Amino acid sequence: MGELFAEYNIFAAFGMTILLTITAAIGSLIIGTIVAILRLAPVAVFQRTGAFYVNTVRNTPLTLIIIAANIVMAVNLGFNFSEDLARNNIIWAIIALSIYHAAFVCEAIRSGVNTVPVGQAEAARSIGLTFGQSLREVVLPQGFRGAITPLGNTLIALTKNTTVATAIGVSEIAGLMSEMIEFRSDLLLPIFLVVAIGFIILTLPVGILTTYLSNRLVVKR
Amino acid sequence: MSASVLFDAPGPKARARYRLFTVIGIVVIAGFVAFALFKLGEKGNLAPEKWTPFLTSEIWVNYLIPGLINTLKAAAISVVLAAIFGVIFGMGRLSHNRAIRWVSSIIVEFFRSVPVLVMMIAAFWFYAFNQTFDFDLVPLAAVVTGLTLYNGSVVAELIRSGVGSLPKGQSEAGLSIGLTRGQTLRIIQIPQAITAMLPALVSQLVVVIKDTALGSIITYDELLNQYKSIGSYKGNIVPSIIVIAIIFIVINYTLSRLAGYVERRLRERGRVTIERGVAGPGAVGEIDITLIDEQRLEADERALRDR
Repeated sequence: MGELFAEYNIFAAFGMTILLTITAAIGSLIIGTIVAILRLAPVAVFQRTGAFYVNTVRNTPLTLIIIAANIVMAVNLGFNFSEDLARNNIIWAIIALSIYHAAFVCEAIRSGVNTVPVGQAEAARSIGLTFGQSLREVVLPQGFRGAITPLGNTLIALTKNTTVATAIGVSEIAGLMSEMIEFRSDLLLPIFLVVAIGFIILTLPVGILTTYLSNRLVVKR
Repeated sequence: MSASVLFDAPGPKARARYRLFTVIGIVVIAGFVAFALFKLGEKGNLAPEKWTPFLTSEIWVNYLIPGLINTLKAAAISVVLAAIFGVIFGMGRLSHNRAIRWVSSIIVEFFRSVPVLVMMIAAFWFYAFNQTFDFDLVPLAAVVTGLTLYNGSVVAELIRSGVGSLPKGQSEAGLSIGLTRGQTLRIIQIPQAITAMLPALVSQLVVVIKDTALGSIITYDELLNQYKSIGSYKGNIVPSIIVIAIIFIVINYTLSRLAGYVERRLRERGRVTIERGVAGPGAVGEIDITLIDEQRLEADERALRDR
């Protein structure tokens, strides 16, 4: 067991998993909020665009999105961020993860907005706030609080989904696990358990934190 | 709250503004599409000879349809096994025996927290080293194992919340006519819970089909994997990925719509349904009770009184 940790840099691989998780979480939160606003906007074209984004992305396998980011965007079309191939793949993996999870963030925010009573939006309008103002000052702050649980679930899913980045050669834990097992087949079960427990350690606090936060921040009605 | 209450019925000024936004929106979208097409065309991806292979039967018969069959085969086997796994451990979590409850809970929570891909890779090497299966069957077996363990855990959770969403009178009625707790669960609660879960189960199917694409990482020759063969055969890797993406989207979108339809039908019939966010692969969806039909409960109570 100890030799595994000595021979392979398991912590560095989990570090990459954490890096992918945090950056893609920020990215998907930004894109997801924009798409949610599009879906809530009064202009039909915006609503349709938002709905199209969600329906398309949600029904596409993440593996396909990540592979397409690499093969179509980076290799074929030549959109590169860095001379370094490994670095370029990491950035495209983060973008692909952000695009995929943004659809779920959008739906989480929309379900959060659904928990805001009609009276809140009506009150905001009746004191003369515009669409943008009522969204910013009244609806979204309450909506985000109602969306904590589904957002937390999306974050947990994102943490686990970073493993798919191994499809384009990002050196995270699933890739390292495959490599370790290949060379140390005698340690298959310990290797699997180390990786599995690592993910439980990463995702368990998120679940506990979101339960705590959603209880604490819930809008009392 | 529907979106419409966010804004007033537009007056003349607002309508003019919306028209302006509509025009800006269309211009932005058209610009984006034009840029994408320009970029794709620049690298010769729009050349007719890259797309005509998809009009021939050869590509479909030799690559796309066999790939799709492999995808659906893995998904179908996984769904059946996951249902069995889910019912066993879902009942385990509802058991009155503390040990069974604990063991079931640990198993379900464990497989829900581990990424599907990690389970597939571990299963792949496990089967390969132990020669459990014929060499050709190892990738399929690994895909099915990963999908079964994860989705089975999700089904177990669905069963638990489905049983939890039933009116208390159901189990009380079962017990009062002399059924044991196990019989009540099996004969009365689980069948109703499964009806309540139906929409969530259909949406879970979308997660399963999307997750079969992970199989391409462990050399399972499913639909996504075909882009390699078609791409190297016809030199049209980008069009192949686009066509494969469209096939996935059409299948999954149809299933999502079906889930919505089943849910509406059940609601119209006044059934309890549970809803679940489809955040796969590897999602831990929230499970909540969307509807407890109070009218039906009241009707039941009235019927009891009248008797």
